[in-house]
Amino acid sequence: MGNSLLVTDNITMQFGGLRAVSDLALQIAPRQIVGLIGPNGAGKTTAFNMITGVYKPTLGKISFDGKDITGLKPNQITELGIARTFQNIRLFSSMSVLENVLLSKHVRLKANPLEAILGLPRYSKARKRHYEECMELLDQVQLADLADEKATSLPYGKQRRLEIARALATQPQVILLDEPAAGMNPQESLELMEFIAKIREQFGLTVLMIEHHMEVVMGICEHIVVLDHGVTIAQGTPTEIQNNQQVIEAYLGAVDEIA
Amino acid sequence: MDSRQNIKRLLTLGLILLSCLVLFFAQGFLSSFNIRILNLAAIFVILGASMNLVLGFTGMFSLGHAGFMCVGAYVSAILTMSPASKELIYYMEPIIPPLANVHWPVFPAIVMAGVVAAFFGFLIGFPALRLRDDYLAIATLGFGEIIRIIVTNTITITNGSLGLKDIPSIKSLWIYWGFAIATIWILKQLINSSWGYAFKAIRDNEIAAEAMGIDVFKHKLLSFTVGAFFAGLAGALMGHLITSVDPTMFRFLFTFQILLIIVLGGLGSLTGSVIAGVVVTVSMEFLRFVEQPINLFGLIIPGIPGMRMVIFSLLLLMVILFYRQGLMGTREFNWDWILDKLGVARRKERGVA
Amino acid sequence: MELYLQTLANGISLGSLYALIAIGYTMVYGILRLINFAHADLLMVAGYIAFYGIMVFALPWWFSFLIAIALTALLGVSIEKIAYRPLRNAPRISVLISAIGVSFLLENLGIVAIGARPKSFPRPEELVWNIKLGDISFLSLTVIIPIVTLLLLVAVTYMVNKTKTGTAMRAVSRDFETASLMAVDVNKVVSTTFLVGSSLAAVGGILYSLQYPQIDPLMGVFPGLKCFIAAVMGGIGSIPGAMLGGFILGMGEVFLVAFMPELSGYRDAFAFVILIFILLFKPTGILGENVVEKV
Repeated sequence: MGNSLLVTDNITMQFGGLRAVSDLALQIAPRQIVGLIGPNGAGKTTAFNMITGVYKPTLGKISFDGKDITGLKPNQITELGIARTFQNIRLFSSMSVLENVLLSKHVRLKANPLEAILGLPRYSKARKRHYEECMELLDQVQLADLADEKATSLPYGKQRRLEIARALATQPQVILLDEPAAGMNPQESLELMEFIAKIREQFGLTVLMIEHHMEVVMGICEHIVVLDHGVTIAQGTPTEIQNNQQVIEAYLGAVDEIA
Repeated sequence: MDSRQNIKRLLTLGLILLSCLVLFFAQGFLSSFNIRILNLAAIFVILGASMNLVLGFTGMFSLGHAGFMCVGAYVSAILTMSPASKELIYYMEPIIPPLANVHWPVFPAIVMAGVVAAFFGFLIGFPALRLRDDYLAIATLGFGEIIRIIVTNTITITNGSLGLKDIPSIKSLWIYWGFAIATIWILKQLINSSWGYAFKAIRDNEIAAEAMGIDVFKHKLLSFTVGAFFAGLAGALMGHLITSVDPTMFRFLFTFQILLIIVLGGLGSLTGSVIAGVVVTVSMEFLRFVEQPINLFGLIIPGIPGMRMVIFSLLLLMVILFYRQGLMGTREFNWDWILDKLGVARRKERGVA
Repeated sequence: MELYLQTLANGISLGSLYALIAIGYTMVYGILRLINFAHADLLMVAGYIAFYGIMVFALPWWFSFLIAIALTALLGVSIEKIAYRPLRNAPRISVLISAIGVSFLLENLGIVAIGARPKSFPRPEELVWNIKLGDISFLSLTVIIPIVTLLLLVAVTYMVNKTKTGTAMRAVSRDFETASLMAVDVNKVVSTTFLVGSSLAAVGGILYSLQYPQIDPLMGVFPGLKCFIAAVMGGIGSIPGAMLGGFILGMGEVFLVAFMPELSGYRDAFAFVILIFILLFKPTGILGENVVEKV
């Protein structure tokens, strides 16, 4: 597909004798919301780790916006415009909510440490602008009044939202969400769905998400990829996936959820 | 203009004037022995603050500080000693020609000592900083020892195990505390900057920091090199304070003492390092009496060598076991806190450095 | 040729001494992921207890050695209980600092209690004599040390691989939390590990004192560091690895000094240079396993 923003060209990850992901082929168009689902241990997070540079794929190629990004370091990939959240929340525990978000602007800072130490204008101005941008972002995700709180003191749902805000602050084109609804009740999941749809519109984002809550996946994703034991067993629209016999078998225990 | 901002500026100005006044009177009225202790305290403040940058703020357990001090001390000593005394001191083997005739003034030599130590820090950090935690600790400890062993064996440059004597002496409180205050200011600016937050992010969660676009290795190297720079500076000052250096001076003991200072003051608090730097150095000198014979109403109690270090090791253990955050935790001295206590009105504002 | 044989014998002797001490490091590291800095000082403690047993209390040497081993083992276990256990859930840096603190405390207590001046360690006639073999002559220790080491290594390997305690140890070192959920008494396993490791350190310390009969409160520091390096080189956590690392390091050092005497000033740097190469090119060591942090 010529107009895809993020393409994984049959990427494979081999850990010793274990093939965690094999021949994963994704083509994600700009502004699309794509769901990556599958039972535990299907290789979803491994796929994320390959795309974000934590692991280098054993085989295959990843390209983003026409550029080959295979084997780049995670920070380089973030700099190019792919941000992520973590399944097990990884906020910076010593920092406030605002500082957590402000940190993501560091990669966009064009100044050197000497300018910072001396407080020269190029640094101070950029820093002031970043500060304003982050406050605005926190306002948009409804965390502004908690800006000075310690990040890890927030309730669980807000920590998840802060993780997303922090990823957004790096100014990504693509955001990878690793189980954003984990541990949420139906009401919270619903809010999260609206939130994701909203940020997609607002920031022109492309979203790739891993999720177990089927009502979230089916409710928001335009395209779904199903992994089982590292192998892609189905791809398609929510309706297609819901009616796919192979998927139903793989998910036998979760059939009720899908329906 | 915000009135509170102005009050803070005035207070800072006042504090600077007050410190100048204190230094002025101390220089004038204290005995040379006490001045020497205060100078030593300034050196340990520099050492504590810079090691805290590496260990407390960036979370890298580096134990190589003594090695960088060693480099700094030698660089400054060799640059500032007069050609005549070099000829005299290097009697085993003469010093290599290019160094024999250099005779720099003290100030640029001390800065140069920092630069060379930073260069060593960069070279060592390049391979070592790929390691973490205890592996990093043992590798940096190893590098520190290697530096010391190289210094012992490169006789035509360092005079080997004989060491150097006759290093130009500096006695003025102004110079030592001038360097200490400059160090604290620079480190404070760095730590409160975007880079400082990047360091803390790496300490808190390296994987997340990397995912937020931070080049972890580059930032670790920056922190480590800056730490080495100030260690070199402190080493140079140490040389000028005691006017002689030899390789055995820079054993692991030094690093231990600095570790004690930063743990006591709080890992991740510059203020803590400054307070603990002064307290530990002064009490170290004060406690010298336990190692000397005491005459108590005619009863002579023999001195016990090593007792001070027993006390300090116990202190370190107590702090780490029962009061892990130390004196200051990760808090810093700031006027806002004091003004709030005093009830000075505060406008809703959020600072950004 | 003679020099070669002589050096080889010295190398085996020093290498096995290193191996013995390295095992203690590797066992503790395997279970707690901690460099037990105090391990090095246990060598010194054992040396001094043995010294006082013979010289002051006039005990027979073998009895004095036994007491030294027992007390040192007890000390090792107590150190873990007092200084490491309370910090088990603390950041790793805290435990390391605690370990360094204990090490400094022991060294300085040594200086306070017995003075910094070296003492000469007695060499019992039954243990130390000269052996003449053709043209080469060497100390009986050159043979005794490897034999003692070999016996202890066999015993430890048996214990770790064949006994119930050993199985529990391996379980804990593989996964601390899961093991504790599986009703393994983790504290007991950790204590046993320290008991075994410290006893080996004590034997190492006594043999070291016999081989280099000058003991002082800081005598453990360098051999300790080198043995930790040996453990890293072999692959930390692996007992055969520690043995291998110890041998390579001891041999290397002896050969360096014997055949490149102009470099002998760098003898103590040799170990660190090896360490740095290993850490850079194969941080898991020769026999170590890969550990990947889960993201």
